[in-house]
Amino acid sequence: MKMTYREALREGLKNALEKDSRIFLMGEDIGAYGGTYAVTKDFLKLYGSERIFDAPLSENGFTGIGIGAALGGLRPVVEVMTVNFAFLALDQIVNSAAVYRHMSGGQVSVPLVIRTTTGGGRQVAAQHSNSFEGWLTHIPGIKILAPATVEDARSFLHFALEDNDPVMIFEHALLLNRSEEVSEKPAMISPYKALVRKSGDKLTLITYGGMLQRCLEATEASSDVEVIDLRSLRPLDTETIFSSVRKTHRVLIVDEGWKSGSLSAEISARIMESCFYDLDAPVQRLCRREVPIPYARHLELAAIPQTSEISAKIKEMLS
Amino acid sequence: MEEAKTLKLLHDMMRVRRMEELCAELYTQEKIRGFLHLYIGEEAVVTGVMSLLQPQDNIMATYREHGHALLKGIPAKSIMAEMFGKIDGCSKGRGGSMHLISAPHRFFGGNAIVAAGIPQAVGLALASKKLKEDRQTVCFFGEGAVAEGVFHEALNMAELWKIPVLFCCENNYYAMGTALARSQAQLNLPKKAEAHNVTAQSVDGMNVFEVIEKTRAALDFITREGRPYFLEFRTYRFRPHSMFDPELYRSKDEVLKWKEKDPINFLIEHMKKNDLLPPEKLDALEKKIEAEMQEAIRFAEMSELEPLEDLGKYLYENDL
Ligand SMILES: Cc1ncc(C[n+]2csc(CCOP(=O)(O)OP(=O)(O)O)c2C)c(N)n1
Repeated sequence: MKMTYREALREGLKNALEKDSRIFLMGEDIGAYGGTYAVTKDFLKLYGSERIFDAPLSENGFTGIGIGAALGGLRPVVEVMTVNFAFLALDQIVNSAAVYRHMSGGQVSVPLVIRTTTGGGRQVAAQHSNSFEGWLTHIPGIKILAPATVEDARSFLHFALEDNDPVMIFEHALLLNRSEEVSEKPAMISPYKALVRKSGDKLTLITYGGMLQRCLEATEASSDVEVIDLRSLRPLDTETIFSSVRKTHRVLIVDEGWKSGSLSAEISARIMESCFYDLDAPVQRLCRREVPIPYARHLELAAIPQTSEISAKIKEMLS
Repeated sequence: MEEAKTLKLLHDMMRVRRMEELCAELYTQEKIRGFLHLYIGEEAVVTGVMSLLQPQDNIMATYREHGHALLKGIPAKSIMAEMFGKIDGCSKGRGGSMHLISAPHRFFGGNAIVAAGIPQAVGLALASKKLKEDRQTVCFFGEGAVAEGVFHEALNMAELWKIPVLFCCENNYYAMGTALARSQAQLNLPKKAEAHNVTAQSVDGMNVFEVIEKTRAALDFITREGRPYFLEFRTYRFRPHSMFDPELYRSKDEVLKWKEKDPINFLIEHMKKNDLLPPEKLDALEKKIEAEMQEAIRFAEMSELEPLEDLGKYLYENDL
């Protein structure tokens, strides 16, 4: 059957709310407004204000409440409207959620799920187009998931809620309306396994989230390129990456984040550390241009990796 | 009965003070390292509040929390071992002085980011409310925290969503070296809580009886109304902010004036006046406390260090 990414997120949330009374949602405009991206439309009516908390504009505050509620035995799902505003909650995420288990010698844990929307491409300019998921991967103690398919959008929340550690899920805004064929029952493939979305033997293309579809489009006609969807950005499934690199000997990383101090840099370094002698050429990266994302369409298109650019890069690397 | 109760208060206050004095000594001996924030002068607050709480109640505190941990029931020896960075410390030596944590004591820290524990206490209280558990949640923080945005965010949401939590603001008038009057336009702290519709009151934090009376009223209100309450305890720290502070920002005279209100002396005077404290009782108390603390130090000395190979342990439930 056909399902959109948005419907998949909705289904994941509904299943969770119906399964476990300890689960509640908290975030800005998730109730009366129906969710900024209509993911939680009607939830307030369906589940009531005891389960659906319309939070004030207090990102650090309600993330902290989520942490406390998780410490106290609930299973909060906190929604930060978009990743751009998640930086206001960074203190709670980095200095508390991520450290409690380790700092307490394993005594307490923070089973908190934070959902947020990420990515550019909608002409909403520099303050609403960030892709900060890579930044968050810097932090030990949290897990970072990025569903790139409808199937993953449907199942990741389940895995995140099963987890007794803080998990952040980055949902790509451009994927919300994307429709894909899915089975009636979710496939439930653990997010901690990177998936080879398309196999090939001359080049490993590593990507995730909003860039996956572009990479698949760019390589549609070719059997040379192996496309890996990371799915989990922390922890990284390096095993899947390395075994592909050992087969293809060439790597291109496509990441919507910036290059400097980034996830793409990290992946590249790990390949260098473990597969240096398997490489036939330097690892290459296609990332967002090192500028704030502009409003004007032509500038924005030029700043974020596009399908044509990915195709050209692959061609160059294989010629 | 009255005598036993009052004696217990004195015992607790003296335990907190003695532990802090010994910590200062151990710091100069370099047995305790890092940041060390002493609570000396403020003991009436924690003693009074804790005297009304039960073992199942939740506590969220700051880096100045040794006394809170001790009076919540964490044994002195696991606190001391934590200060020494040893494996038998309540946080296995990973937290140190600022991060005393004990799940069985419902003591969640020990948070050293100013004001960060406040929304978390609201979350803990929300959990108890939703799970219909019989626990109170009490959150301690300094007056410096009221300048942080998250303080206001948390108080607003606590009142908005009717979350039963007690906010205990320990106003010792200085945030490190910044006097309240030099950092806040509004010095009336209850007004800040009232701005969010949270019921609030000021308390003489040097008088343990007033602490108990007003805290009891606050806890009763919270239970009855199912809403938060804010208490400002006016108190003073007799020691520097931490062990690195030359105290350039306040006068010796000011410190001496406050020392005249020493909460332990105040209680002793009160007890003497009311024939509640025969001299031999005070002696016996001191001996008992000394024995407890020396035993704690011995225990901490003897405790082992966590094996290096465990450094990566407890990052995630299923270590990745
Ligand atoms: C968010 C944050 N900013 C700054 C600091 C550094 N700092 C540690 S304690 C402190 C003063 C806090 O004063 P107060 O809240 O009144 O508590 P007190 O130390 O007096 O008990 C400061 C500024 C910090 N730990 N966290």
